[in-house]
Amino acid sequence: MYAFTYHRATGLRQAGNMLGKLEDSKILAGGQTLLPTMKQRLASPANLIDLGKVDGLKGIELKGRSLVIGAMTTHSEVATSPVVQQAIPALAELASMIGDPAVRHMGTLGGSIANNDPNSDYPAALVGLGATVITTKRRIEADAFFTGLFETALEADEIITKVSFPVPKKAAYMKFRNPASRFALVGVFVAKRSSEIRVAVTGAGASGVFRVPAFEEALKKRFSPKSLEGLSIPATGLNSDIHGSAEYRAHLVGVMARRAVAKAG
Amino acid sequence: MPAVSMTVNGKPATADVEPRTLLVQFLRENLRLTGTHVGCDTSQCGACVVHVDGKAVKSCTMLAIQAEGANVTTIEGLANGSQLHPMQEAFREHHGLQCGFCTPGMIMTAVDMVNRKGNELDDHTIREELEGNICRCTGYHNIVKAIAAGARSMGTGGARKAAE
Ligand SMILES: Cc1cc2nc3c(=O)[nH]c(=O)nc-3n(C[C@H](O)[C@H](O)[C@H](O)COP(=O)(O)OP(=O)(O)OC[C@H]3O[C@@H](n4cnc5c(N)ncnc54)[C@H](O)[C@@H]3O)c2cc1C
Ligand code: FES
Ligand code: FES
Repeated sequence: MYAFTYHRATGLRQAGNMLGKLEDSKILAGGQTLLPTMKQRLASPANLIDLGKVDGLKGIELKGRSLVIGAMTTHSEVATSPVVQQAIPALAELASMIGDPAVRHMGTLGGSIANNDPNSDYPAALVGLGATVITTKRRIEADAFFTGLFETALEADEIITKVSFPVPKKAAYMKFRNPASRFALVGVFVAKRSSEIRVAVTGAGASGVFRVPAFEEALKKRFSPKSLEGLSIPATGLNSDIHGSAEYRAHLVGVMARRAVAKAG
Repeated sequence: MPAVSMTVNGKPATADVEPRTLLVQFLRENLRLTGTHVGCDTSQCGACVVHVDGKAVKSCTMLAIQAEGANVTTIEGLANGSQLHPMQEAFREHHGLQCGFCTPGMIMTAVDMVNRKGNELDDHTIREELEGNICRCTGYHNIVKAIAAGARSMGTGGARKAAE
């Protein structure tokens, strides 16, 4: 890892100012992605701004019909929270499937979505539930937040503070794990709200998370795995690598979507 | 170089470190606590697992400076003098190791597992929880047996949670 200057932020405004002023600076959250990438020298920021000691960025709260989770809340806190388990059990389960226990003790919701790895789990939940990302500057709908491979709508000096998830009537996440990395080879998040049905896919898309309108339409008529029978998505635009071809991933999207609908009940 | 202070195995530890110093480097090189191993340095193998404020973390994937003010427990902090921690004793009893390289991380992960999931652990739970720990020797069977037994004996007293 190349040398860098470390800054321990004590407040959000100060962190935002440093991020804007210091050249080549990056936020450090749980470090579970950033530190490995720095060791591999895929990233070499000159300045790291640690959010670890900033108050108010952690926490889980049910506010009316929405579950609001702070950006620095760890995967393990989301997975084991009785509030999350009660309001959106699919979200608690998704968090419990990220990496391994040690990674879940450090890795955070904000870090995961800011990174937007195409095989990561949270993007599927945010898009599947129609969540809103709240930053130091504005509110961003999940559909507009994830803009491409490792890309988001975040500006250079913008910090995620929390995410607001509308509580659905039903939801489920089905993940087909890459057995080596534990990331999603394909993951499908399905949610039904009074007005809307969403099907969000992670792991498969060459530019990250995406929705499947054809599946959503079919499920609107009847929310049942049967409604998806015979439906599939084209392999164009899907990832193809040593872990699975685009055709295989396209097939898995159908299988995981049907299983998710069955699980949501 | 910035100063970092933390409590390691119950004792205060302070040093001036380069910000890029990993927690595992600080433990091994500054404090000479070489029980914590580096197997991969890529966050995969779990040989470097220690407890930070009571939670298992991969010390190769945390900066020493992030542990400022924290309470850190390493494998050296588990035994009570010459009396092994029940989880260490169970690894010995059940042949939970061969070369021993993965063992410190396995044991720290196992103790964390018991702290979170209790003393009755079925094989499936143990195997799922060991996702982040790799062993090249044993084939895991005896590690799983040792953890189940160690978990039970942690529940019946012994040198429970020795230094934590
Ligand atoms: C062995 C291993 C297995 C894993 N398995 C999975 C898996 O199965 N599924 C999965 O989804 N992920 C997995 N991960 C990734 C893990 O979930 C990371 O915790 C997560 O991707 C990044 O979160 P972090 O808090 O560690 O962020 P960091 O690594 O600290 O930061 C990541 C990026 O986000 C930026 N950032 C962080 N917080 C903010 C913020 N609040 N506002 C703006 N920018 C911010 C940082 O600047 C950096 O660019 C795995 C990681 C490891 C090491
Ligand atoms: S050395 Fe830390 S996970 Fe392998
Ligand atoms: S005993 Fe040799 S690596 Fe596990």
